[in-house]
Amino acid sequence: MSRAEVSPEEMAPERVAPERAVSGAVVRAGVRAGVRPQTAAGFLALFRSEVGLTFRRARTLALLSILAALPVLIGVVVRVETGGESGGGGPAFVAQVTQNGLFLVFTALALTLPVFLPMSVGVVAGDAVAGEASAGTLRYLLVAPAGRTRLLAAKFTAALVYCAVATAVVALSALATGAALFPMGEVTLLSGDAIGPGAALLRALLVAAVVAASLAGLVAIGLFVSTLTGSGIAAMATTVVLVITVQILDSFPQLHAVQPYLFTHGWLSFGDLLRTPMYWDNVLDNLGLQAVYVAVFGSAAWARFASRDITA
Amino acid sequence: MTERSTGRAAEGGPAPSAADDVIRTRGLTKRFGGGQLAVDGLDLTVPRGSVFGFLGPNGSGKTTTIRMLMGLIAPTAGVATVLGGQMPQSAGRVLPRVGALIEGPALYGFLSGRDNLARFDAADPTADPATRRRRVGEALERVGLTAAAGKKAKAYSLGMKQRLGLASALLVPRELLVLDEPTNGLDPQGMREIRALVREVAAEGTTVFLSSHLLDEIEQVCSHAAVMSRGRLLVQGTVAELAARAQGRLVVRTPDVEQAAKVLAAHRVAEVRAGDGRVEGTAEFGEQVLAELCAALVGAGVRVHGFGVERGTLEDAFVALTGEGFDVAG
Repeated sequence: MSRAEVSPEEMAPERVAPERAVSGAVVRAGVRAGVRPQTAAGFLALFRSEVGLTFRRARTLALLSILAALPVLIGVVVRVETGGESGGGGPAFVAQVTQNGLFLVFTALALTLPVFLPMSVGVVAGDAVAGEASAGTLRYLLVAPAGRTRLLAAKFTAALVYCAVATAVVALSALATGAALFPMGEVTLLSGDAIGPGAALLRALLVAAVVAASLAGLVAIGLFVSTLTGSGIAAMATTVVLVITVQILDSFPQLHAVQPYLFTHGWLSFGDLLRTPMYWDNVLDNLGLQAVYVAVFGSAAWARFASRDITA
Repeated sequence: MTERSTGRAAEGGPAPSAADDVIRTRGLTKRFGGGQLAVDGLDLTVPRGSVFGFLGPNGSGKTTTIRMLMGLIAPTAGVATVLGGQMPQSAGRVLPRVGALIEGPALYGFLSGRDNLARFDAADPTADPATRRRRVGEALERVGLTAAAGKKAKAYSLGMKQRLGLASALLVPRELLVLDEPTNGLDPQGMREIRALVREVAAEGTTVFLSSHLLDEIEQVCSHAAVMSRGRLLVQGTVAELAARAQGRLVVRTPDVEQAAKVLAAHRVAEVRAGDGRVEGTAEFGEQVLAELCAALVGAGVRVHGFGVERGTLEDAFVALTGEGFDVAG
């Protein structure tokens, strides 16, 4: 409508005569609007777009800033409360924090992993499909056509990237706070051995990676819930409630038979990596369990989403 | 005059082959979970190059049909073929060649208009990321949104959102454009702009499938039309054919309204309606009959200022077909 160069004659044909139109379609549409090949760059564009979109939502940024603030809060509390004299008790690794600021990374991860990290992951994964459905953008993505499997894979990838970024935000904020408030330097591990700051940083990186991977099962569950409903809020709430319920179940001794199969059960096993030699059994059990959850709920999400009528 | 026979008649003529049909459905049926039959045995044929009006009151099954054509919902029975591929199985192959606006625009409010288009373009695996910027810019210019391209979509008016939706349908050259109620909620100027754009796109050789509940819209821009009512297809054909089915209406302009109405009624003119300075009625109006009627009016002392038959409109045809007014739910 802004193309002034269109001649009145071209604008005029109110009733396109079939003959004329058929030849026009063959000549013009055949050349310009024909079948285009799918390219690798085109295929991957949705994944990039999805990751970009996740981090452009104000909600995501708010969640990340809360996650960044938590280690600062923990560090200040530990600093004020101990006042140089380290008392017993408190959360995991707190006693070590006063000796070495690097331990704040592990404390912060141990404190955020049961509640804050999974809550924020539940919000992101739960909203992934349901949010697009309630906004109506899902139908436009699908007629683009994004492809249902490709869209789901992109959503899963973006949520995993979010897990990694969220964990990194907690770890980096804890590292900065720890360095500011407590002495750094040689780190005494839980097994009593001392390692240099460089090696300790590598351990921190490894722990952060394991923590991020621990959330993969939850991402698959959240994505599955997200394909069940057309309401983003409902999907987010369901996922978060599920995380809390499962952790409550994990605390009942009577349920010890099923507890090894709960996706939250092995979350804190990353402490085993703070020994020399590193003790991998529980960590690998946890990662294996996450892989099973991803396979089961990923398949369920795919089966549901690939066949579902999109009426929103 | 059954619906099936009229449907076939509309397809007749110089017999375009099935390959020339951009959309072709046979027995297309959708029954939703609640047992409600939304679309019932639809046989729709949209020839290539047509501007096809898909008419029906709200709730007549238009949107459900469009969703089946776009592979968003699976038919309960029957077959829907779009650009030679069966839907929804061929969606990946067919849909890159189709632009669509379904049930109004849906946008990411926190993204700018430009970024919204880039997002939908990224969803199409056949769209080249290298040319994305240029194509997005061109689409924005085409719908007149270049100046507002950087504004967040939540700040857009409904008309702007509608135009941005159209721009996303025009990101790459398409063989088929499916527009579901594209002028809904627009002011008259916005409607004119959208219609001009539809004509422009059609002139480039793109087949346009346009659903609407506005008859004059279909009459203004469409070459073909189909009429839906309560999930069933009542008739399809060229707009000229459909309008020709409507009975003409006799209109007499006169100051002697009552007297004229009496005379017409006496001469077996049906549905005589007396208005302000005019009387209308319907009958079989052969030349002989008209001459007699005119003479009778003059003979009865009616001062005839105007006398003639007005051609039937699509609305008359529609009312005759469905037995109901068109703007059922506006």
